[in-house]
Amino acid sequence: MFARLSRRAAAVPVALALAGLSGCGPGGPGTAPAPAAGSGGSAKEVTVFAAASLTGTFTALGRDFEAAHPGTEVRFNFGSSATLAQQIVQGAPVDVFAAASPATMKAVTDAGLAGASTTFARNKLQIAVPAANPAGVDELKDLAGPEVKVALCAEQVPCGAAAAKALAAAGLAVRPVTLEQDVKATLTKVELGEVDAALVYRTDVIAAAGKVRGITFPEADQAINDYPIATLAKAPAGAAAKRFVDLVLSPQGKDILAKAGFETP
Amino acid sequence: MSSSSERPAPATRREVSGRPPWVLVVPALLGLAFLVLPPAGLLVRAPWPTLPGRLAEPHVLEALRLSLVTATAATAGCLLLGVPLAWLLARVSFPGRRLVRALVTVPLVLPPVVGGVALLLVLGRRGLAGQWLEASFGITLPFTTAGVVVAEAFVAMPFLVISVEGALRAADQRYEEAAATLGASRWTVFRRVTLPMVMPGVVAGAVLCWARALGEFGATITFAGNFPGTTRTMPLAVYLALETEPEAAIVLSLVLLAVSVVILAGLRDRWVSAP
Repeated sequence: MFARLSRRAAAVPVALALAGLSGCGPGGPGTAPAPAAGSGGSAKEVTVFAAASLTGTFTALGRDFEAAHPGTEVRFNFGSSATLAQQIVQGAPVDVFAAASPATMKAVTDAGLAGASTTFARNKLQIAVPAANPAGVDELKDLAGPEVKVALCAEQVPCGAAAAKALAAAGLAVRPVTLEQDVKATLTKVELGEVDAALVYRTDVIAAAGKVRGITFPEADQAINDYPIATLAKAPAGAAAKRFVDLVLSPQGKDILAKAGFETP
Repeated sequence: MSSSSERPAPATRREVSGRPPWVLVVPALLGLAFLVLPPAGLLVRAPWPTLPGRLAEPHVLEALRLSLVTATAATAGCLLLGVPLAWLLARVSFPGRRLVRALVTVPLVLPPVVGGVALLLVLGRRGLAGQWLEASFGITLPFTTAGVVVAEAFVAMPFLVISVEGALRAADQRYEEAAATLGASRWTVFRRVTLPMVMPGVVAGAVLCWARALGEFGATITFAGNFPGTTRTMPLAVYLALETEPEAAIVLSLVLLAVSVVILAGLRDRWVSAP
């Protein structure tokens, strides 16, 4: 059986290599736009693309929305805002886009796919350290220590851009060991104890519920992230999309966001 | 390597006459199109005017160099461990051999990201073996180039083992028996008879292993992280570029595609189709 397999296996790795190349390979979470909206003619489906840092709050808001509008289903695609913006520009059928930075929202509005966006939340960075804090990190400048292993987000994604801004404001040169693809991956490295510290959002530290410790630092005020939300011009769900955005902006929505650690305007 | 020219032409080369049946030809052509069209799409969408300038950027060359170095190192490691493993599975009978054979293929079916997490839990700073490595030798693998090699080897080694084991089982064991009867030790038989006989299978396996290591993404980004110069290989650079600059991602993909096609095409006719 194996002798035969070995001959057939010749074609496998080439296909695998190409799958890796095309970016939809093994490790590309969220690269495939999952929802196929408008199926079966039921417009009772709202597809929301939202930043990874909104996973907890938007899932809760989606449940509230479904409870308030029986028969309507909210489907989410959470991921890095930059990836989501690319997917929307490439034609993913989306009703609502909630991004973690104005820059990623701009990619969608510049393409003429959405009108004006509204800022619905703000997020601040914190230093996340493992619960035991093995490197004894107390403030931002400790991250520049030679023995301290630091994980940051890549500058191409919003949390990385914010981290770069905060470090520049503090005049610090930090040499991270890794530049992660999104904020959740960065936090995971702290949770597993592979790094001594990372710069992530306050909301992520709260969501990690005790597995990591968050340390506030003053320079975070100079790198506050605005979260804009917009309905897409060609939203398949039409008015329902607008109603979901209204819920996010309502006092009820603000309450859920504030409990998760966001600041609301 | 030059022994390829001495290999006798396979006896099955005689072609059966008659028109190839459409039941086979149509799916074959569809299959070919399915494999060839997506990479061709890269060529169509490539930003040709800016291509030379983008290629000359230092970070592209850095990622390419890192990819080639780590894939080659991973293949070397796989050869060192994988060939003896394949021999063990093909030539030594021991209880539980079928189970071991199945276990060897686990990294093939495991999603690479899961492989990366598993590596972290064992070889990470707080991992079972990782803790000991750091305490005894001061070695930490995550976030190092060595970590990339480990991740790639983990994912790619089954390709080598399966290929070599297949070759070993297909090889005529009477030569080995004859050598043993003439007084050769088992090690001598392996070195002087078995290994030369299955060399095409070993090279084919090594090529597959190298190609898989070159394209490795999930285990690498999970276990070794993503930092330019030390752990950001081409696939990682492609994924990151996709975030903001899809055109740059296409260029990087083309480079990786060109390198792998040149190397695979150069070796395939000589080795991969060999028994």
